[in-house]
Order: sequence, then C-alpha cells, then structure tokens
Amino acid sequence: MKNSKAIRTVIYVGLVLWALINLFPVYWMFTFSLKDNEEIFGANVAGLPRHWLWSNYTSALNTGHMAKYFLNSIIVAVITIMITLAVALMATFALTRLIWKQRRRLNRFFMLGLTIPIHASIVPVYVTLSRLHLLNTYAALIVPYAAFSLSMAILVCTGFMNEIPRELDEAACMDGCNVWGIFFRIIVPLMKPAVATVGIYTFLQCWNELMFANIFISKTSLKTLPVGIQALSGQYTTAWGPIGAALVLGTFPTLIVYVFLSKRIQESFIAGAIKG
Amino acid sequence: MNKLYSNKFHIIVFLLPALLLFCGVLIAPIVMSAYYSFFDWNGIGAKTFIGFANYKELFSSNAIGFMKALRNSLLLAALSVFLQLPLALALALALGKGIKGERAFLSIYFMPVLISTVVIGQLWLKIYNPDYGILNVFLRAIGRDDLTRIWLGKRETALGAVFVPTLWQYVGYHMLLLYAGVKSVPTELREAAMLDGASDAKVNRYIVLPYIKPIIRISVIFAITGSLKSFDLIYVLTNGGPFHSTEVPSTLMISMLFLRNRYGMGSTIAVMLIILCFAFALLINAIFREED
Repeated sequence: MKNSKAIRTVIYVGLVLWALINLFPVYWMFTFSLKDNEEIFGANVAGLPRHWLWSNYTSALNTGHMAKYFLNSIIVAVITIMITLAVALMATFALTRLIWKQRRRLNRFFMLGLTIPIHASIVPVYVTLSRLHLLNTYAALIVPYAAFSLSMAILVCTGFMNEIPRELDEAACMDGCNVWGIFFRIIVPLMKPAVATVGIYTFLQCWNELMFANIFISKTSLKTLPVGIQALSGQYTTAWGPIGAALVLGTFPTLIVYVFLSKRIQESFIAGAIKG
Repeated sequence: MNKLYSNKFHIIVFLLPALLLFCGVLIAPIVMSAYYSFFDWNGIGAKTFIGFANYKELFSSNAIGFMKALRNSLLLAALSVFLQLPLALALALALGKGIKGERAFLSIYFMPVLISTVVIGQLWLKIYNPDYGILNVFLRAIGRDDLTRIWLGKRETALGAVFVPTLWQYVGYHMLLLYAGVKSVPTELREAAMLDGASDAKVNRYIVLPYIKPIIRISVIFAITGSLKSFDLIYVLTNGGPFHSTEVPSTLMISMLFLRNRYGMGSTIAVMLIILCFAFALLINAIFREED
C-alpha cells in the first residue's frame, strides 16, 4: 500500500509540474505587459511588476493600432458566426427533417469539410478574390471562414436537432404552420445550446486564424488581431512592454470565454474530432 | 406533414446557401488547385501547360527543397506521435482515474490550444531571444553560459527550437480527446478488474487502452496530418529560416506563391499536402484495422 501512495504522489507532482509549465507563459505575458524594458531585461525578469506600467496598453492600443485590429477581429468573427449559423441551421433542417433521397449521402459530403485543410483552397480563393477586387475587404475573410466552419456547424446542429421530438413539428403543422413557421418558431428557438457551441467554436477559429488573414489583407485599417500583432511586433522591436500588452489584449477575450464556458468549449472540440 | 416536408422547392431553398458556400470555397478550389498544378503560371499572365513538370521538379530540385521541407514535417510528425501523444495519454490516464482537482488540471492543460498561435509564437520569440530571453537569462543565472545559444538564428538549433512550442501547444488537445475516451470506459468494467485485484497499471493496460483504441487512432491521425499542415508557429518564429533549415511544406507553398509568384508550383505543393494527409489517414486506419 505504501508503494502505491508513493506512486500517487509522484503522479501528482508530475501533474502540478505540467500545469505550471502551461501557466507560466501566460503569467509571464501578463507581467511583462506591465513592465518597462529595464525590468524585463534584467532587473525583474519573472517577478510581478514593480511599477504597473499601464502606458504600455495605451501605446499598443493607439500607436500600435490594436484598438483597430481588435474591432476588425470582432466584426469578422461576429458576421462569420451569424452567416455560419444561419446557413448551417437551414442545411441541417433539410438534412434531418425534410424528406428526400440522398440526404444521408449529402450529409457525408458536408462532413468531408472536417478533413480538408485550408491549404487546399488558398491559391484559387486568392486568385478569385483578386479578380473580383475583393482582397482587402472583410468579405475576403468572412466568406472563407464561414465555409470552413460549416461542416463542424452542421455536425453539431445535426446532433441537437435530432433530439427535438418530431411531435412538435406535427403539432405545429396541425395548427397551420408552414415550413418556415415550423423552422423559425419551433426548431430555431430550441437550438440554443447548438447555437452556443457553434458560436464559440467558430469564434475561436476566426479569432486565431493567421494564414488567410495574412494573405488576403494587407491594409492596416482592415487587419485582424493575429496579423496586427505580427505587424505591431515589427514596429516595436526594442520595447517589449507594448508587445506584451498587445498579446494580452488579443488573448483575454478567449480566456474570459474559456473561464465561463470551459466545459462547452471542450465538448465542442471533442465532438468535432471524434465524429470527424 | 409529410407532404409539407417533401416539397422540392423548400428542400432546395434550405440547402442552397450551404451548398453554394461549401462547393464554392472548398470543393471547387480543390479541383482548381489540381488544374493549376499542371501549369507554369505567374498568377497574372498566360498559363502554359507543362503536364507533370511541376511534380517532377518538386521531387527532384534541390533549389526548391521540398524533400527537405517534407523531411522536417515528417520528423515533427514522428516526434508528435512518439513524444507528444504518450505524454498526452499519460496525463489523460492520470486525470481520467479521478483525482483531486481533475477539472482544474484539465482546463489548464487545454488552455494553450485556445490561445492564438501568433500569441504563443510571439511569446516564444521572447523566450528564445539571445540577449534578453528567459531561456538564456536562466542559463546564465545558473552559471551555464556555455549552453546559451542564438536558438532561432542558428541552423543547428532552429528546428528543435521551433518544434518545442509546436509540440507543447497541442499536448492539451490530444489529452482532452484521450481523456474523453478514458472517461467513457464503463465503471463496471473498471470495478470488476479492481475486484479481481488488478493494479492501476494493469487496469490501464488491459481495460482502458483497448477500450480507447479508436480515439488513439484519431489522435495519431491528427498528430500526423497536423504536422504535415503546420504553418502558424513556424511562420511566426522563423518563417522557414535560417537558410531554409526550418522550412515545412506550408511555408514553402506561401513563399512560392507570394515571393516567387509561382502559382502553378504553389498549387502543386497544396495538392501534394492534401494527397499526403489523406494517404496517411488511410494508412493509419489500415494499421489499426490490421491490429484488430
């Protein structure tokens, strides 16, 4: 018995150690975002800041354009989420409720999207966008992001929509509802959990995406956070404080969402992986 | 109601937006990428049909260095399968057994997956900074100046320095999948084995591992395809340099397109990536089926 207790202690120490390894970079980011170079570069490398230098945040937001990048990321994410949800809910309704042959096959076709890497489409999408003069617009990111989120969204929505009892549809039909009435008044209001899951998942994809954002957008006024942070770090090569502030600004919305919805976020990742 | 739900017009209206978006942005471009890969094309002028010349050049030319990039990403895949996954599995088994603070550990381990790779990359740029980075500062503090390096700037260390954060960031992802598997093992199975006097190690070996094999298979596939596709962190940390020592297929593809304007060759790399990802997925599936 003694032996197993020792093993358990070793395991526990290992778990705590790995937790610290995962927390340290975030802790370090928060602290150096509030320091000046003197502290970061030697006087106080890993401790809490001695003087809380909030001016790092004002320079990141203003001179570093973080306020603009932040707004762009929000605009892109919110519109992408709305489009993804609308399109996915409609498609899922047709795939689970409406009656027609081949619907299983079409569902499998949509699920292909879970495995297709974004690399696959980058050249044609870039060429098409540039021909249509759509480079350097929000749409250049929103449309591809929505398309690449679609499979996951349909997957999640299908799971939830299948759980809504069909008797509800029948009752609404008896009361004289048409298809749109059933969809908007019965199905959509009951899909709130699916909407939340898809929303969070899509938000994370948009918020962090680099490759498309980097290539399709070159105007400072339209850059999203990942590209903006890259630009800002080029601008502040010698002052680390404002870079730290930018990193914190880009990360805290994700972390706040995570603190409140960690279980749902984890579940959405599991669902996407295991059914894909 | 069946009549209402079989109306062809409604079916088309409900499906059309999804089909347009999906085919327009995902399916059609794959076909177009495959088509472009047979041409010499700078993106603006006329395309010249050259058959499989791009593919031949890709695999034979040292100047392009595709084989080296592929080797790098396969090395990353191997490290991912043989280092990252076992670590993730160990964490999942330890947590899945039920331990104090289980949820807290789980949430902390998964956190790096959610943070933008650009942020992680920028942080590690600071960690590796030769003058002020925390790594060299630490080495100097413990009196091992001889171990300090220009981590990302030297050929010998750059690849390793890029791989460490890449592997670290996604341990939590695999851990989460495997943890979900471990949690799905029926408690009766576990308890029955314990009653028979099986140790934790034996329960894991003979009950849990066989039970979560399908999830291990998924994790292996993700680890390999993810490595083949890896881009963000390498782009931020080294962008393939110094002297192409950290080049992977994705960074090569981007530089083909936007530095050298070789759209045909860029498409060829994209096509090869898709083929490799699907081929590896099939291969892993076959290996796991063989074992059953």
